[in-house]
Amino acid sequence: MQYLLMIYQNEVDYAKMEAEPGQTMSPEYQAFTQSIISSGNYKGGDRLQPTTTATTVRVRDGKILTTDGPFAETREQLGGYYLIEAKNLDEAIGIAARIPSARVGSIEVRPIWQYNH
Amino acid sequence: MTPDAIEKVFRDEAGRALATLIRLVGDFDLAEDALQDAFAAALLDWRGRGAPANPRAWLVNVARNKVIDRIRRRRNFRDKEAEIVHAIERDAVGDEADDPVGFDDDMLRLIFTCCHPAFAPEVQVALTLRTVCGLTTAEVARAFLTGEEAMAQRLVRAKQKIRLAGIPYEVPGRDSLDERLRGVLTVIYLVFTEGYLATSGPELIRHDLAREAIRLGRLLLGLIPEAPDIKGLLALMLLHDARRAGRTDASGDIVLLEEQDRSTWNREQIAEGLALVEQALRVKGRPQPYTVQAAIAALHAQAPSYQETDWRQIVGLYEVLLRIAPSPVIELNHAAAVSMVDGPARALALVDSLAARGGLNQYDLLPAVRADLLRRLDRRDEARAAYRAASEATQLVPLKRLYARRLAELDLGS
Repeated sequence: MQYLLMIYQNEVDYAKMEAEPGQTMSPEYQAFTQSIISSGNYKGGDRLQPTTTATTVRVRDGKILTTDGPFAETREQLGGYYLIEAKNLDEAIGIAARIPSARVGSIEVRPIWQYNH
Repeated sequence: MTPDAIEKVFRDEAGRALATLIRLVGDFDLAEDALQDAFAAALLDWRGRGAPANPRAWLVNVARNKVIDRIRRRRNFRDKEAEIVHAIERDAVGDEADDPVGFDDDMLRLIFTCCHPAFAPEVQVALTLRTVCGLTTAEVARAFLTGEEAMAQRLVRAKQKIRLAGIPYEVPGRDSLDERLRGVLTVIYLVFTEGYLATSGPELIRHDLAREAIRLGRLLLGLIPEAPDIKGLLALMLLHDARRAGRTDASGDIVLLEEQDRSTWNREQIAEGLALVEQALRVKGRPQPYTVQAAIAALHAQAPSYQETDWRQIVGLYEVLLRIAPSPVIELNHAAAVSMVDGPARALALVDSLAARGGLNQYDLLPAVRADLLRRLDRRDEARAAYRAASEATQLVPLKRLYARRLAELDLGS
């Protein structure tokens, strides 16, 4: 099965933390990414630009509506994701828990829709 | 065989038969439907010649064939289905009386799947009652005081999540087993506590749920005898449940521990609970919370009367609990025990400090304990106010009646 690991955290706090010398999670992220590439779980993943660059798209009555900003106002914003292959939810949860931001934010684990053909 | 006798055999075997069927067919709904078909077949087949030597294997095999029929009848029968059918046929269950297919392992798989932390606690409880205990959806709905349709929806969504999110049908590996076992024990305890002291409704005790929880505890102990704290939990449930005949009077009103007729307590069950507590206490290492609670229940069960209870030791055990599993509820119980050793004034100070920290705002037993301490200190006006607060805080009708009785006694005495 494939899973999308979505990384939620307060992007303002995260940016502040990144600006502090020695506080950035970048080395940890690199190590984590390398480790799931080596273990064969990695399918893809990216860091996202902050929500100030986001656009939300909706379709109503067949019309495309675009709004500035993220989909909802919450304290945490989607900051990145991993698309992983895991044999079941337990493995996916285990990997999600290893994402550095799981400590300060939340990771949503969402199964990828499987099409039968 | 009468239909009732057949249904009894079916009820006893259904949990394990279902657990194995789910593994064989890889789908909860398909397995449940097929087991119902097998039950209908048993009603016809067993009536004339009685139950087979191994009814569980019989049910699994008949249900398995029903699944194959169902899959073959599907209009879009394709290669994938053919593979499933082949796999199911290959895993046929022998009719021998022993356990060639690992019914026990399957039962554990089912328990761990139903108690998976990806479900909300109340969903874990509902799923366990429905599939492991074999309660009907209507019975589970009654346990939650909710409508049958709402419960059916909730169970459908839970089973969907098992399938779509890939919740594994397996016993967790060594690295997570202890933590997952604690989750299973929590579910069993939730079933029990809801049965032992319902949170709302007209009845104080729901015997059916307490019984199911004890049955689950025995089942788990049989499957994993070395499970940490399972003996403590089973002992705790047996010892509490042993007092149930004394906990209510003929009109369904609550009888507090100090006023209970101890001759009504179930001595056989107490003996079983005491033996389990002793075994659990002998396990090396840090004391486990359920075991310590069971030890407290054991002291109550052995005491000839409320006054002659070993309160000093009970206070000590609550202090252990406050160290290993602190919670406001334990603090409150500790204070109540302290009142029996050091008097109500010291206990009241503990309760008031707990209330000041705001740890138990939603908990209706705090004003009740406070009221009782104030009554014993003869501070009547404050006691009256506290009983009124306790009455407002609870949704349980028998408790409201108890507080009304206490208020009336206070008025009489003044």
